[in-house]
This record gives sequence, C-alpha cells and structure tokens, in this order.
Amino acid sequence: MAREVVIEVRGLKNQFGPNVIHEDLDLDIYRGEVLGIVGGSGTGKSVLLRSIVGLQAPRAGSVRVFGVDVRQAPRAEMARVENRWGVMFQDGALFSSLTVRENVEAPMRERTDLDPETRRALADLKIAMVGLPPKARTLFPSELSGGMRKRAGLARALALDPEILFLDEPTAGLDPIGASEFDALIRNLQTSLGLTVFLVTHDLDTLHATCDRIAVLAERKVLVTGTIRELMEVDHPWVRDYFHGPRAHAALLAAEG
Amino acid sequence: MGAVEALDTAGAWAILSAQKRAEAGGRPFEIVNLSEAHRHLLATVANAMPEPEPRRRTIPGRPGDGLAQLGQEVAGGLRGSLDSMAFFGQVVAHLGGLLIHPRRLRLTPLVHHMQEAGWNAVPIVTLMGFLIGIVLAFQGSTQLKAFGAEVYVVDLVAISILRELGILLTAIIVAGRSGSAFTAAIGSMKMREEIDAMRVLGLDPIDRLVLPRLIALVILLPVLGFIASMAGLVGGALMAWIDLGITPGMFRTQLLADTDVNHAIIGLVKAPFFAVIIAVIGCHQGMQVSGNAESLGSHTSRSVVQAIFLVIVVDALFSVFFAVWGL
Ligand SMILES: Nc1ncnc2c1ncn2[C@@H]1O[C@H](COP(=O)(O)OP(=O)(O)OP(=O)(O)O)[C@@H](O)[C@H]1O
Ligand SMILES: [Mg+2]
Repeated sequence: MAREVVIEVRGLKNQFGPNVIHEDLDLDIYRGEVLGIVGGSGTGKSVLLRSIVGLQAPRAGSVRVFGVDVRQAPRAEMARVENRWGVMFQDGALFSSLTVRENVEAPMRERTDLDPETRRALADLKIAMVGLPPKARTLFPSELSGGMRKRAGLARALALDPEILFLDEPTAGLDPIGASEFDALIRNLQTSLGLTVFLVTHDLDTLHATCDRIAVLAERKVLVTGTIRELMEVDHPWVRDYFHGPRAHAALLAAEG
Repeated sequence: MGAVEALDTAGAWAILSAQKRAEAGGRPFEIVNLSEAHRHLLATVANAMPEPEPRRRTIPGRPGDGLAQLGQEVAGGLRGSLDSMAFFGQVVAHLGGLLIHPRRLRLTPLVHHMQEAGWNAVPIVTLMGFLIGIVLAFQGSTQLKAFGAEVYVVDLVAISILRELGILLTAIIVAGRSGSAFTAAIGSMKMREEIDAMRVLGLDPIDRLVLPRLIALVILLPVLGFIASMAGLVGGALMAWIDLGITPGMFRTQLLADTDVNHAIIGLVKAPFFAVIIAVIGCHQGMQVSGNAESLGSHTSRSVVQAIFLVIVVDALFSVFFAVWGL
C-alpha cells in the first residue's frame, strides 16, 4: 500500500544574506508517522519547520501540505490547512499577556464557534492532557517554569485537534521523568488520533521512544532518512558520531530495556 | 460506536461528559463497539478529564467598596512615588561613583544615545520652535495693534520663548520621543531577562543602561532647548516682518535693548532638571516592566505621562522660585 504523503518538500533553498542554510532539500512525510529531525545546532531545523508552516519564505523550491502549496495557496485555502496543523515553537512563544487557559483557548476562539463553556472545558482537558496541574490554568507564562511553558505550548498546539503536529525540541529543558511522559504522550496521541508528527529534537531517548523514522539534516540538505537501526549503519562522520556516541549507547540500552 | 469513522479529543470529551452526567443522574450509559484506536483515545481523555471547577460566587458590592478602592489607589500611588525616589537615589549614588571613577563611563553608548535622543531630535524641535514663534508673533500683534504698541511684540515673543516655551515644549517633545524609547528599550530587555543576565554577569544595569541615557539627555536637552528658542525667535521675527513691517534689523535692535539675557539663562537653567526627570522616569518605568507585553505598553505610556506632568510641575515651581527672588 502506497502511503499518503502529507508534507512534500522539493528543492527547498533558504538563505540569510550570504549564509545558505538549505539547498535542494527534499523531504516527504507520510500520514500517521512520527518523523524525527536531527542535526547539529544551527543546521536549520527550526528554519525548515518555519518554511513548512509558511513563516519563512524560501528562496526557491516548493512546500506542499495536504497537497496545498503553502507559498501560493489563496488565504481561504491556507486557513483550512492551518486549522489542520498545530505548531509548538522552540521557546514556547506563548502570548505573554494571556493566562495559560486563555492561550489554549486562543486558537479555538479564532477558528471555531464553540460556546465559552465548552471552549473552557476543552482547554482544561488539553492542559490536563499535557500534564500541567490545574493550578497552572490561571497563571501567566512569566509565572511558569521553563518545562511548564513547553507543556503549555504543546497544549496550545493541540487545541484544535490537529492532524499534523510540529514540535521544536519539545523535551529540551524537561526533567527526565517529564521528558519520558512527554514521549509517551506524543506516542499515545499518535496512536489514538492518527497524528502525523514533525519532531525536531536532540534527545536520543525521545528518538528511540517516539520516532518511526528519522531524517538527518546536514550539509544543507536531508542527508538520509530511515529508522534508527538503518541510520546506525550509515557511513557519514556526523551520523556515525551521533548514533554511536556514548549517549547514543545509553539511550539504545534504555530503549531495549 | 461502530459507525463512528473519526473521533478527536473534543468528541471524546463530549462522550465522556455525557457519560458523567448520565451516571450522576442514575441513568445507564454504555459505550459499545469501540474500535481499538478509539478505546485508546477515550482512555487518554478520561485520564485527563478536568474536574469541573467549583463555581466561585461573586460577592455583591458593598457600600464601602468604592472608598476602599480609592484608599488602595492612593496607597499604590504613594508607594509608586516612593519607589521612584528610591530609584532616583540609586541613580544619584551611581553618578557619585562615576565622579570618583570617571573611567567607568562607557563612551560608546553615551555617544549613541546623544545621537538618538539629541541629534535626531533637532529637526522636529527646530520646526516646533519656529512655528511657536510664528503663532506668538501673530497672536501678539493682533492684540497689541489695538493699543498701537506693535513694537512690543518683540518683547512678547522673546520673553515667552526664551524664558518658558522654548525649553518647556522641547522637554515635552523629548519626553514623548526619548522617554518612551528608554522605557520600551529597557522594558523589553527586562522581559527577555537580559537585565537579570547583566546582573549575574556583574554588569550593573544602572551603570550600563541608565547613566548613559541620563548623561546624554542632561548634556543635550539644554542644546535642544537653545535651538528651539532660536528657531522661535526667527519665526517671531519673520512674522513680525510680514504682519507688522518690523524689519529683522529693528527686531534685533529692540531685542537687544529690551530683553535681559537673564531670561535666556533662566530658560536654560531649567533644562538639565527636565532632562533628569525624563531620563529617570523613563528608565525607572522600563525597569518596572514585568513578564508580559501588556505591561510594556502600560509602563511606556505611564512614563510619558508622568514625565510630562512632572516637567510642568517643576516648571511651575521654578516660576514661583524666580518670582520670589525677583529675577
Ligand atoms: N532570521 C534569521 N536571520 C538570519 N539568520 C538566521 C535567521 N534565523 C536563522 N538563521 C540562521 O540559520 C541557521 C539555522 O538556524 P536554526 O534556528 O534553524 O538552527 P537549528 O538547527 O534549529 O539549531 P538548534 O538546534 O540550536 O535549535 C543558523 O545559522 C542561524 O544563524
Ligand atoms: Mg532550533
């Protein structure tokens, strides 16, 4: 069975001044998979995410999500696509003048016509699902810890029950227990909702625990994609160091119990 | 449930809430024919179902509430001004430190702020002064014509601009231009924890952020005020020439004969005080910004309002002071 491609990136080029970040980058993401994106700091993982969701106009190339070209689609069509994805930014990007609950309600308020009671209950549900305590609902982002801010960011990304979830380093800054809960949550949502997840991470445990497939970003493009097992065989200095370093072994042992 | 094709968390929540309500009412409720994925989802959502919050009763207003609120506001205002005084004290202490170790002053930011707050304000301040001069001469001449005392329009323009308006209006423009910029710049640094970062790195935020701005304004506000006053005189002379036929030469003679240089000095003496008010309030409000964007906006507007208000109050005090001294 040919799997449905939900995100298709072709020939992407990104450049800031003379600094070329991506060149001729191709990537396919299939429905229902968790795709991990790894790469050294500054290889353009966040920039890739931003270009897929249309926040960053690439110099060249095309990005199609659900078959819609995000660069050329008319507004109305784009809005329909935007309803079907949720984005969690690297630093949370919560609205600083709204409480956590209001942050989660914000996309619902904008994009649905739910009545306030339901909206509130659903927001509280999302807040509980990401593992935030009830008292966090009425706190402002500046009153949260870094890890709590991440969770609140995820709750907001989940607000509209998206089909694709973009996560930029969701487990960075979480305690190990919190991080494994986060992994379990993502896996759980993926199985129960059939979510497609675009997951940027440096966390090898997260890669082992959640990802079906991993794409390695290096040398301005997607160097290889494959399962962890496949990537461990790849003969490229960075990939080898990454998947065979001391941390990688510890994570592998942990994953295999 | 066998016929359900797609289920999201909102749907699962609706089903589970219905179940809860049914069970609370004693009616039977059974979910059957669940597919594996949907069972999974229901379990996830059931785990996270938020407890409905106890509704908070709103307490009806009581007669004393207004008074209590007034009291709180007054107390808050007093605390705010005490805070400002404390901040002012800190700034003065740092200035004192600077006098002992003058090399602690960073020249680059000082020059940068002199350029930003001073040089870049020259066009607007000049234009403002020029227009005020024109307006004063025009209004003055229509009134003075009635008495045949047209020539005193020179005194009117010169004294009011040199002594009061030139410097006061310059201070108001600078408060709007630079006071707000100080608050916004320092406030957004505060929001992004840059100020905390400076503290732990051993960089003193007052030395690094406040003093350069303060010193730049203290140096340049008198200059700006002087430029505005001169532009005002030019505007006044122009209008007097057009409207009353007083040639620039006559204007100059009358100006030198009748107007004491004290007026100009009194005007300029006030400038550094206004500069201190604007810079200290601007920076202090910036430091008060808390974590959210809303507070950045409200502190910026408060900074401008307070600075303009205090500038006018201090100007009034100066007038009384000089009047008592007979200057
Ligand atoms: N707005 C911008 N202007 C100029 N350069 C930028 C901009 N955004 C990103 N860059 C550059 O693009 C490169 C990739 O940045 P990006 O944030 O995507 O890195 P990353 O792979 O996400 O790294 P990390 O793992 O540290 O988050 C960096 O070299 C950065 O300097
Ligand atoms: Mg990044």
